[in-house]
Amino acid sequence: MKHHAWLFGFMMLLAPIVHAAQADQIKPSHAWIRLLPANLPAGAYVTLDNQGASAAVLVSANSAAYGSVMLHQSTSDPAGNSDMHMLDRLVVPAHGQVLLAPASYHLMLQQATHPLKPGDTVEITFDFADGSRLAVPFLVRPANAAD
Amino acid sequence: MKLLRFARLAGLLVISMVFAACQSQQAAPWLLTDISGHMPDLTFRLTNDQGKSVTAPDYQGKVTLLYFGYTHCPDVCPLTLAHLHVVMQRLGKLADGAQILFVSVDPARDTPEALHAYVTAFDPHVVGLTGSPADIEALTKRYRAAFSREPDKAGGSYDVSHSSGIYIFDAHGKARLLATPTDSQDKLVHDLHLLLSPGGAT
Repeated sequence: MKHHAWLFGFMMLLAPIVHAAQADQIKPSHAWIRLLPANLPAGAYVTLDNQGASAAVLVSANSAAYGSVMLHQSTSDPAGNSDMHMLDRLVVPAHGQVLLAPASYHLMLQQATHPLKPGDTVEITFDFADGSRLAVPFLVRPANAAD
Repeated sequence: MKLLRFARLAGLLVISMVFAACQSQQAAPWLLTDISGHMPDLTFRLTNDQGKSVTAPDYQGKVTLLYFGYTHCPDVCPLTLAHLHVVMQRLGKLADGAQILFVSVDPARDTPEALHAYVTAFDPHVVGLTGSPADIEALTKRYRAAFSREPDKAGGSYDVSHSSGIYIFDAHGKARLLATPTDSQDKLVHDLHLLLSPGGAT
């Protein structure tokens, strides 16, 4: 019994080493913000590659540059009606990729805390289900930027 | 409301099937959906982004792209306008004969000033239009473009679900083509090139 408890304790110590934090498994790329005039809500996009052997679950995001950052998904039906809704979580599968891209998953940024202009860089931090965090620099691009 | 939306949706599906049937019978030059004779001429009474009252005849003489959206839409509307900006650039000098009418389906927030700042951020060919809810609804109904306001979120903000089709009219205000957001820029450039070319398809 005593032996088991010791073993369990040892495994708990090892656990963080064996299972990398979810944030450490994620390699972000092509991170950008479509800046809109007059402090209108803006969309932020990024490609998330999970290089780990377990899923990473994105639960929220935040930034000092915006009062509100929400994880959204745009959807459209066959008749071409488009709609937007909020997501509680987004799973990046093991060895998989999730694209936050126009007309799909995206971050909705609201209430900019200071004026931004194309060419600026804004840091957005992603929070994962295991409590780990990943800060990603996003390039601010003009409203009419092609993806 | 749900039933009404469904009825409009079903209507749109039937229309697109009829178009598909018509298209297969003739060698049409168009890559987009040909709606000639199936949708009414452009008619509206709205306010432009300069705050001036305008009607459809004010915009005759140019090939017109009609798109419904709203400025607090952070994803799909800007994507569509950014695509149209690229299309206009690719048309080069021909683009001078075209205009894009961005009609707000959120007149409560989209004042002429707000629309002006918004549309000019995309392309000089875009005109923002807003107006009374009744006048806007008359136009969306005319082209069977459904839209509805979603329930308010925390902080009083809200989203508007809306039809994302692009209706294309010739210089005489006749409905000619319908593009969806999934139609490629190549298709838009091809068809607009035809419509805009001298002695082309107008």
